[in-house]
Amino acid sequence: MAKYFLIESRSPFDSAEVTHNYQLASDLANAGHEVTLFLVENGVFVTRSQASVHSFNNLEKVALLVDDFSLRERGIELSEVRSEIKPANLGLVVDAMAEGQKVMWL
Amino acid sequence: MSKKTLTFLLMDAPFEQARVTTAFRLIEDALEKGHDVNVFTYEGGVSLSFTEQKPHPNAVHGRSVVEEEHPLPKDWIAFIQEKAKEKGCNFNWINCGLCLDERGVNDAIVGCERGGPADFLVWAKNSTSTLVIGTK
Repeated sequence: MAKYFLIESRSPFDSAEVTHNYQLASDLANAGHEVTLFLVENGVFVTRSQASVHSFNNLEKVALLVDDFSLRERGIELSEVRSEIKPANLGLVVDAMAEGQKVMWL
Repeated sequence: MSKKTLTFLLMDAPFEQARVTTAFRLIEDALEKGHDVNVFTYEGGVSLSFTEQKPHPNAVHGRSVVEEEHPLPKDWIAFIQEKAKEKGCNFNWINCGLCLDERGVNDAIVGCERGGPADFLVWAKNSTSTLVIGTK
């Protein structure tokens, strides 16, 4: 099984394509791969506990990370972020690349 | 972590998308960690290194050029080039030649070269990982 590190920079409110990207992450995880979904830029809007995005609710097997810098840029407090999503540093993308994970900007 | 070679492919033009800023954050982080970095640009990305970028004042808010502190991607690249030297890392930047010609932005800052897809292929084959940041 492979390790996938997926990066999503868009909000599901910007483009319907983003819901397909969430499905990709879910499908890869259900297929037995180790999957991380890293949310950056406007991709962080979905992390707000008040946001209602049905397609984001099927990611139980996916490790969910959110760029803390992008949160601050958009005035989203850590206390507003859903509990299953961990704030993280963008440097984890570089670490994943250095480890040879399959890193993809969706 | 041991030194790796990481390759990035950028396609967005300056001042259009946040992806460019994020890309530079990633590149700087990679160099900070001691990795060698290659950057290949396609399409609008070839303008990132154009020498003729100029800052401007902000008449609407009454700011001079100095006060406005208008950021320029070519200066970000120059900063990263210096960082690579300080860290003892290899840092290579190649712009797609045909994309340069289309846009008339052949004058790139020192250290940013003209090349083609074959260069990107060689880099991708010889890198630990390659991240393509495409346009949307």
